[in-house]
Amino acid sequence: MSILDTTREVMRRDQVWPFLQDHSQDVDISHQVLLYVEGLNLSFDGFKALNDLNLYINDGELRCLIGANGAGKTTLMDVITGKTRCDSGTVYFGQSLNLLEKDEAEIAQLGIGRKFQKPTVFEAHTVMDNLELSLKSNKSVIPTLLATLNSEEYDRIDHVLETIGLKAERMMLAGSLSHGQKQWLEIGMLLMANPRLLLVDEPVAGMTVQEGERTAELLTSLAGERTVVVVEHDMEFVRSIARTVTVLHQGSVLAEGTMDEIQNNQDVIEVYLGEAP
Amino acid sequence: MSSLLSNFMSFSRINGDSKVAPFVVVLLVVTALASSCNLLMPEDSVFYVSTYTITLLGKYLCYAMLALAVDVIWGYCGILSLGHGAFFALGGYAMGMYLMRQIGDRGVYGNPELPDFMVFLNWSELPWFWQGMDQFWVAMLMVLLVPGLLAYLFGWLAFRSRVTGVYLSIMTQALTYALLLSFFRNEMGFGGNNGLTDFKDILGFDLQSDNTRVTLFIITALMLSGLLVLSKKIMQTRFGKVIVAIRDGESRARFIGYRTENYKVWLFVYSAMIAGIAGALYVPQVGIINPGEFSPINSIEIVIWVAVGGRGTLVGAIIGAILVNYAKTKFTAIMPDGWLFALGAMFVLVTLYLPKGLMGLVAQLKDRQLQNVNNRPNDKAEEGHA
Ligand SMILES: Nc1ncnc2c1ncn2[C@@H]1O[C@H](COP(=O)(O)OP(=O)(O)OP(=O)(O)O)[C@@H](O)[C@H]1O
Ligand SMILES: [Mg+2]
Repeated sequence: MSILDTTREVMRRDQVWPFLQDHSQDVDISHQVLLYVEGLNLSFDGFKALNDLNLYINDGELRCLIGANGAGKTTLMDVITGKTRCDSGTVYFGQSLNLLEKDEAEIAQLGIGRKFQKPTVFEAHTVMDNLELSLKSNKSVIPTLLATLNSEEYDRIDHVLETIGLKAERMMLAGSLSHGQKQWLEIGMLLMANPRLLLVDEPVAGMTVQEGERTAELLTSLAGERTVVVVEHDMEFVRSIARTVTVLHQGSVLAEGTMDEIQNNQDVIEVYLGEAP
Repeated sequence: MSSLLSNFMSFSRINGDSKVAPFVVVLLVVTALASSCNLLMPEDSVFYVSTYTITLLGKYLCYAMLALAVDVIWGYCGILSLGHGAFFALGGYAMGMYLMRQIGDRGVYGNPELPDFMVFLNWSELPWFWQGMDQFWVAMLMVLLVPGLLAYLFGWLAFRSRVTGVYLSIMTQALTYALLLSFFRNEMGFGGNNGLTDFKDILGFDLQSDNTRVTLFIITALMLSGLLVLSKKIMQTRFGKVIVAIRDGESRARFIGYRTENYKVWLFVYSAMIAGIAGALYVPQVGIINPGEFSPINSIEIVIWVAVGGRGTLVGAIIGAILVNYAKTKFTAIMPDGWLFALGAMFVLVTLYLPKGLMGLVAQLKDRQLQNVNNRPNDKAEEGHA
């Protein structure tokens, strides 16, 4: 291309320059499927953590992922959120967004929120600050430097504080919360970002029975408007929330269906429920 | 009186650890006192502060500014830079080049254009990077730009490839060592191992005069106060909260959508610029800049000052720098060779017994005092004359 052409291309009046364009792409869910995971393979030094894994998550559903320790549940979430690169396979968010070519920050900004297996909150910050940081907002350097909370955002934080039951602890350092409260705070941080898809890894670990019940309630109430994928070992908990359950085994999907179907599935009984009733 | 104190303490607890304002007040009062005692008191008065002391204090404040730079990046973002001496020296060299050009034809060789060392090397004209350095504003721009640009490049490369921890620290050491070696070379055009010295005046003011010395000292104090307040403000913004979040959980910060490498790069640039300013203020006060300033051990010393004062507190870093350097002045007068051992011992002791430095110790004592007050809420009378 000649310099003239390049200049013309750059100066086109019907287009804005790429760096001025609004990059927030919308998720195309015209086929009701929000997440496509196909033929995913990943090995760590020869050990196949993910083995030709296929998974489709519908928009608005609440899906439970179960599987024995080391089945690859967390690894799957790592691949979806950009933490780990897979060897082969595809991951699409909606019809058009290829997640494998994006990094963690970009994927988060697209509306995929994640709660880790081990609760990770910012311990040196107050509960309030943790939520402020998770707020859906422009996350580049200069806007963040100038950002202040407007009243709408305050209300939003208040609302989330109410939902996660940490209103009284708002000014406490996150590091001084109990394990269960940290789990809740992390869920709250997810809610602040207003994500389309929530990936929740073992949310009730370390919670009392009552806390677990409240979590179950919360997650069920979120489904519909949002899409929720929950990894959990606690079968009681899974039974209480799940519509569809996917069983992972050695890095691939072993079975999928309602809780009853799963419990009666011969393969599942053999490899999973058989071992850990 | 003591109820006032406890009121103040609970106030400062609610409002975060804002020791910045009281510290700035103390710093400015001491600066004003020392300056006026130098200029207004007769030399034989007990209140006279010698110009030597003023310059020494100015030097400490430059080190304090350097410690501030390291604390911003290490204390708040967890990036242990062992190469901040390089940014300090670069800022110093930029100032040194300006001062060199100010000498004009008063050098030994009397060349109006070329500094002495260039005449000595038989150079016939100024290298390109010395052009314009006779303008004060150009030099000041370079004081910010050169360290800033180097920090940007370094940070961009390191943080984007997600180099962290010890590896990053080693890289920063390598950076300052590489600069040390290149600045030693005469061909670089920075005066080789002699560096830049024999300065005469700055903006037309004689560098040897008391007035200039005191002015430089006051400017350093004001600059330090300004940068301290600015850094505190930055850390209170959401940007600052993201920085701390990166320190405590970088991947978490990424998963909520922050491009952490950009944050780290810009903080690194900011920090390097503070170090550059510190270097620029240091050079006219001590009268020389040479490649020794790049030596890796210098950068390690800065980290020790910060550790002693208490990292992540800003004020602590400043106090640490002043105290350790005061100790150094005293110590080297008695036992010049022992200083490095003393420094090492100090570092080990602080890491073992005062992980939060002096500021942490103060906070602990305060807490204990507050607890005592709370344990006896009813005997106000006793408190009165305690
Ligand atoms: N970074 C890694 N390097 C090497 N092996 C890994 C790595 N991450 C995960 N693995 C291995 O991959 C397998 C799958 O791990 P993953 O954490 O996904 O299991 P999981 O289903 O989440 O189990 P759990 O129920 O214990 O959380 C495990 O055997 C684990 O040891
Ligand atoms: Mg797991």
